[in-house]
Amino acid sequence: MSQNPKHVLDHFNLFREPEYVEMFENKKKNFENPHPQEKVAEIIEWTKTEEYRELNFKREALTVNPAKACQPLGAVFLALGFEETLPFVHGSQGCVAYYRSHLSRHFKEPTSCVSSSMTEDAAVFGGLNNMIDGLANAYAMYKPKMIAVSTTCMAEVIGDDLNAFIKNAKEKGSVPQEYDVPFAHTPAFVGSHITGYDNALKGILEHFWAGKERSETDLINIVMGFDGYSVGNIREVKRILSEMGVNFLLVGDTSDVFDTPTDGTFRMYMGGTRLSDMVEAINAKATVSFQEYNTPKSLEYAASFGQKTLAFQYPIGIRATDRWLMAISELSGKAIPESLKLERGRLVDAVADSTSHLHGKKFALYGDPDQMLGLSEFLMELGAEPVHVLATNGGKEWEERMNALFASSPYGTGCHAWPGRDLWHMRSLLFTEPVDFLIGNTYGKYLERDTGTPLIRIGFPIFDRHHHHRYPTVGYQGAMNVLVKILDKVFDEMDKNTNVPSKTDYSYDIIR
Amino acid sequence: MSQNIEEAKKIIAEVLEVYPEKTRKKREKHLNVFEEGKPDCGVKSNIKTVPGVMTIRGCAYAGSKGVVWGPIKDMIHISHGPVGCGQYSWAARRNYYIGTTGVDSFVTMQFTSDFQEKDIVFGGDKKLEKIMDEIQELFPLNKGITVQSECPIGLIGDDIEAVSKKKSKEYDGKTIVPVRCEGFRGVSQSLGHHIANDTIRDWVFDKKKGAEIETTPYDVAIIGDYNIGGDAWSSRILLEEMGLRVVAQWSGDGSIEELINTPKVKLNILHCYRSMNYISRHMEEKYGIPWVEYNFFGPTKIAESLRKIAAFFDDKIRENAEKVIAKYEALTKATVEKYRPRLEGKTVMLFVGGLRPRHVIGAYEDLGMNVIGTGYEFGHNDDYQRTTHYVKDGTIIYDDVTGYEFEKFVEALKPDLVASGIKEKYVFQKMGYPFRQMHSWDYSGPYHGYDGFSIFARDMDMAINNPVWQMAKAPF
Repeated sequence: MSQNPKHVLDHFNLFREPEYVEMFENKKKNFENPHPQEKVAEIIEWTKTEEYRELNFKREALTVNPAKACQPLGAVFLALGFEETLPFVHGSQGCVAYYRSHLSRHFKEPTSCVSSSMTEDAAVFGGLNNMIDGLANAYAMYKPKMIAVSTTCMAEVIGDDLNAFIKNAKEKGSVPQEYDVPFAHTPAFVGSHITGYDNALKGILEHFWAGKERSETDLINIVMGFDGYSVGNIREVKRILSEMGVNFLLVGDTSDVFDTPTDGTFRMYMGGTRLSDMVEAINAKATVSFQEYNTPKSLEYAASFGQKTLAFQYPIGIRATDRWLMAISELSGKAIPESLKLERGRLVDAVADSTSHLHGKKFALYGDPDQMLGLSEFLMELGAEPVHVLATNGGKEWEERMNALFASSPYGTGCHAWPGRDLWHMRSLLFTEPVDFLIGNTYGKYLERDTGTPLIRIGFPIFDRHHHHRYPTVGYQGAMNVLVKILDKVFDEMDKNTNVPSKTDYSYDIIR
Repeated sequence: MSQNIEEAKKIIAEVLEVYPEKTRKKREKHLNVFEEGKPDCGVKSNIKTVPGVMTIRGCAYAGSKGVVWGPIKDMIHISHGPVGCGQYSWAARRNYYIGTTGVDSFVTMQFTSDFQEKDIVFGGDKKLEKIMDEIQELFPLNKGITVQSECPIGLIGDDIEAVSKKKSKEYDGKTIVPVRCEGFRGVSQSLGHHIANDTIRDWVFDKKKGAEIETTPYDVAIIGDYNIGGDAWSSRILLEEMGLRVVAQWSGDGSIEELINTPKVKLNILHCYRSMNYISRHMEEKYGIPWVEYNFFGPTKIAESLRKIAAFFDDKIRENAEKVIAKYEALTKATVEKYRPRLEGKTVMLFVGGLRPRHVIGAYEDLGMNVIGTGYEFGHNDDYQRTTHYVKDGTIIYDDVTGYEFEKFVEALKPDLVASGIKEKYVFQKMGYPFRQMHSWDYSGPYHGYDGFSIFARDMDMAINNPVWQMAKAPF
């Protein structure tokens, strides 16, 4: 017996005590009928080989450890970015439990969202009654200003028609006729969470703009896309644009709802884009997206009203920030203030101070398509090489875009983009063509464990580190944060590699 | 009727006022106050959730893949359908296991058929066949495959049973289990548990033979422990110390071999009644194996349970049970002495799944705490009957509570601790209430057994007596 209330042993150490270790051995030997140890060792080694990689990349049907989620997650995320808006997902209720858990585990915040709780009878007869009752209940209980509807794959497979259902529900008095109920069909078997974000955004734009006349103002609509760093990034972009004096509207502003205070009050709604501003947003001279692959339909819709549209690819780093600042400056006619030039200079200064520790370092990274473009460009600015760049939800066009980016820099030589691949593919890549560091979300820790490649956590979801979503990754300040995050890992690894007394610690330098 | 009960009933009536009449009539059947001497808690349960109310419930897929099958470590569980379900449930439940992940164990991996539009239109059976071939090639040490159906499978008319049979034959009788746990089936996770239990009966027990093992008169199986944070391990050690031989763990850190050998045991000991009573009853009927429910939360219930289990065996085991209880007395005493003074009289409101809305009450009481409200995410009437043995007069009971109701009940009763899940955690923390997740143990654990109780006590203390709660209100 090793447990002791004076120094409570947690699972970390409790199960390493001899009584447990012996118990595990006996359980395995006597009851699990395990494969012989040599066999397991042989297969472990085999999975590291070129031969295994080849088989692994021949996979056509099986997906293992993908780096993407499904459409409604993106739709729910987007909906939470509007003033007192309650996301409502039409279909099975388990899905909503999953989206809420998933977002809460990342942001460490409540995620409010309801389901129409369709079951077998709805599968047979359709979910109209679920919509009617669901809207009525959600409206009565949570008093939202807007209910944004999306769908699970169940409702999509049986072909429920949201437009007709919502009309019907309004006729039955579930919510008032004029009440805002934008909607989007978000089938999970098409695209990924970024597609869902786009569909939901387009649904909201349609709701406020369809059939309306536009008279152009100097307003610029800003759309950030699905982003695990939305809290930090949206605040940073707002700060920068305010400093420039740009008349802008942040469309889908999740920065407050995912960063509410602990002060004795639960705020189901906080911040978000005002609905009255959404009505005005049609008059904007332009809509600018920070994530091109995240918003194609929404931008197309905005363009159909005569708005200019511009899209960036999750701009991280020096040149990418230069580009979007100059573009906004040109659009708005507002100069980029000296203060931002100073920020830029400080970032270049930081890069210059540290670049020798990054130069020539090889990186593997995975995540959403735009984020991969942004991060890869920044890595190359640092003199590092983005050797393997993988996007499970990236396509052919993204691959070409990546290849063009690689071709633009000597640090892109020998780098590859991997569209449609998953983290089990990445495992083979890391074994057969090792790199110095891996950049990705929390699930990358399994790759770190198996391949020994140190993981730098940048992406979504991050479940096992806290609070990073509060710090921006875009803008000069954001690039600084990303730089520091990468450097911290580089130095930690350097120290880990040089800390054996009298063997390696001559290099355990106090100044780096 | 005591004043307590009257007050609690008033609170319920007030909370119900928010609903449209149709919903109010439905919801009022799920809310009540326990009155001493009544045979149940006076609530309806296991009924469809009202749409639009922010239920905490999940689905049948969550019950099968997430709870029952997912932890079986040497099999590969395919999330069959679109990518989301497998993604959101990937490694989230903390079912601890020992094995080489990706080689001979697969629990914390996400295998999905990642359905695309063409799979919906043309059906996914061919793809499923191919997936099984690819699994065989790339993961040759897997000991079996399960097909965890997501919503579309049952709607598009795929025949996963035929695919499973065909492929099993092709791979020399390999265990391949099709599970019809589409998320729209039933009203919660609960039906998924039942469906998963039935597939073990139909596709494992009746069809598979394991390696021969010797049997002894002391063979038992742990049923319904998912080894969250190592719960099944801190339970198993006690059973082994009292001289029992644990042939199988269902299903935390479990293996297919253990499932296959379970019908040879002398007694099934059942922790989570809700999720695994079905297979226990089946083994009783078919193989004559008795089963007994036990509770390893907190020293009072642990001692009671060890004696209850021992009563099925001979004097030697009974004496051993007493020895085990005696062995841990010092630890228990020291734990209670350290934490009880800090927790005495504190009140708790629970809302959890499975067995915990009742099972953990004893552990709180061992620390001098009182549970003043509890409810089940997906309980049935038999759960609420069993709850009467745990709760005190005047405890407020809420079945399939809505987010709104739970907030209002907490505001009205002002407990010292709220203990529920991840979706509730941050809501109540914002409101300034200490909170512990009682599904994942808030990434701590184990909470089962004597070793677990010390951790449980420490965790409750650090939640309730944390300095942060004194700072929630600004002094200006």
